[in-house]
Amino acid sequence: MTAIKLALRNLIGAGLRTWLNVFVLALILILIIWHYGIIDGWNRMAIRDMIAWEIGGGQIWTENYDPYDPFTLEDSHRVLPQSFKDEIEKGNMAPILITQASIYPQGRIMSILLKGIDPSQQVSELPTDKLLEGDEDIPAIIGTGMARDSKLNTGDYVTVRWRDVDGTFDAAEVHIVGVFRCDVPAVDNGQMWIPIAKLQEMTQMPGEATLLVTDKDYTWTGEEAGWVLRDHDYLLQEMREMIKMKKVGGSVFYVILMLLAMLAVFDTQVLSIFRRQKEIGTYMAMGMTRGQVIRLFTVEGAMHSTLAAVLGAIPGIPFLIWMEKVGFAMPAGSDSLGMAISEKIYPVYSIGLIISVMLIVIITTTIVSYLPSRKIAKMNPTEAIKGKLQ
Amino acid sequence: MENSHIVTIEGLVKRYPIGKGHFTALENINLAFGTGEFAGVVGPSGSGKTTLLNIIGSLDSPSEGSARVLGKSVGLLSHKQSAHLRKNNMGFIFQTYNLLPVYTVYENVEFPLLLLKMGLSDRRKAVLDALEWVGLTDKIKSKPAQLSGGECQRVAIARAMVKKPQLVLADEPTANLDAANSHHILQTMEKLNEELKTTFIFATHDDKVIKYLKRKITLEDGKVVNDEIVKK
Repeated sequence: MTAIKLALRNLIGAGLRTWLNVFVLALILILIIWHYGIIDGWNRMAIRDMIAWEIGGGQIWTENYDPYDPFTLEDSHRVLPQSFKDEIEKGNMAPILITQASIYPQGRIMSILLKGIDPSQQVSELPTDKLLEGDEDIPAIIGTGMARDSKLNTGDYVTVRWRDVDGTFDAAEVHIVGVFRCDVPAVDNGQMWIPIAKLQEMTQMPGEATLLVTDKDYTWTGEEAGWVLRDHDYLLQEMREMIKMKKVGGSVFYVILMLLAMLAVFDTQVLSIFRRQKEIGTYMAMGMTRGQVIRLFTVEGAMHSTLAAVLGAIPGIPFLIWMEKVGFAMPAGSDSLGMAISEKIYPVYSIGLIISVMLIVIITTTIVSYLPSRKIAKMNPTEAIKGKLQ
Repeated sequence: MENSHIVTIEGLVKRYPIGKGHFTALENINLAFGTGEFAGVVGPSGSGKTTLLNIIGSLDSPSEGSARVLGKSVGLLSHKQSAHLRKNNMGFIFQTYNLLPVYTVYENVEFPLLLLKMGLSDRRKAVLDALEWVGLTDKIKSKPAQLSGGECQRVAIARAMVKKPQLVLADEPTANLDAANSHHILQTMEKLNEELKTTFIFATHDDKVIKYLKRKITLEDGKVVNDEIVKK
């Protein structure tokens, strides 16, 4: 307690030197908490959007289906069993049939995934009700990403070519009846959504689907031959890995910032011990043990971070709350990152995040403060009292 | 008689290594200081005064012989035990004051009491009493940089005296002061010695200090050449 009291006095007494270190540390604390808050907010937003748009409460795949291997699509379709039809009827599942196709916008060829979905489904937030509008032969909806890449807009017609179940090519005109804004690339980029009944007819796969999306409040516990359940853990695994990588990537930047701040604290400590030899000798003459003096200097250094946490909270808390409310606008082009990302990310700060960031900064500062302080143990008090360099 | 001595030095030798040889700073010192003495070790620069004071203050240890301070043999104490001895029983006054620059006058004087973990109200009273002894109650909030040399040394005296130690060691306390300030602080120390019966041991070659001493020990080349009572 005495060491803390004395260290605080020394720190405040040191004036500008202290406040510069405290300012840098406070800035770093706020930045790290904000950055991790953004990543956590992104993670939460991405998972929420993926559930709402793509994966619902989980997906049931035909056993051969591999979203990363388009060659599996040929064999990844099965007739829906009765139990699934019952659940579809109740609104607990939505079947999706997927096939490869090509479109020819403005004379260019573009490979796409043609996806058939029930226009009256309520499981995904995809605006499939648009597929019910009009009396078009083949109505289609696409995402903004796809619209940008293909330069297609609502009202445009485009030729689509596909192969049926026997491998025979066929082609038709598709009418774009809607363009939706969605943060999940897996339902947007290179994809075109049409009514499933139409796609079943086009591919000659009546009553078949590639996968089913379950409602987010529904959990399928049954068993059907040829179908496998892919739960959230499975479907979100990659997303979580990517977020983790982003966190690690961001950490490198903060490690560099921390190193700079720690260098400042280390430098201050070395300078303190060099310049305050007379003071150290006086402490010893007044009855402080070497251990107590080392502790005093270590606490002094470590208190930079404690002061930074306390004083950083004054601008930091309003800033972080404000950011939580207004969100952080992602730079243009970030939606082409290939992962769910919205125009604005709203940071999420957990108590665990704040405590862990503060602990890391405080512990690092303490270690950095302790290292030069060990020199005191080798000081000769009679020389130190005179302020002689040792 | 031995029991009333708070410092007993017998056959003390202090050597410092220099290159392959050594330099003898103190040689065969035999001295004893009783309670309430106002004594001074005098002699020219390099005669070993500060070394002797450092050993008595358990900041240094003898190469040979023994120095018993308040019943403890200085050479046998660990760093912790030495620190404990100084914290509880000794006050130091230095030539360059050695005040803590970022602390106020009050905080400087309070410092030894914080180490003793004295309660707030007792601490406050003791600090104010000490500052009253040295006539600095109006400078409580000043920092050392705002004080004159004489005032700084009075703060140093108050800091040394605040815990009412049995022994105060003063190394050239007037070396940086003018005559008026020197007399002022010496009178203060003399008064405290009489009122509190604190033992004062000075290391000095200043005539102004020597005039106030009741006992004068003269060192030359690390040896005691004279030890006389000059005042009763």
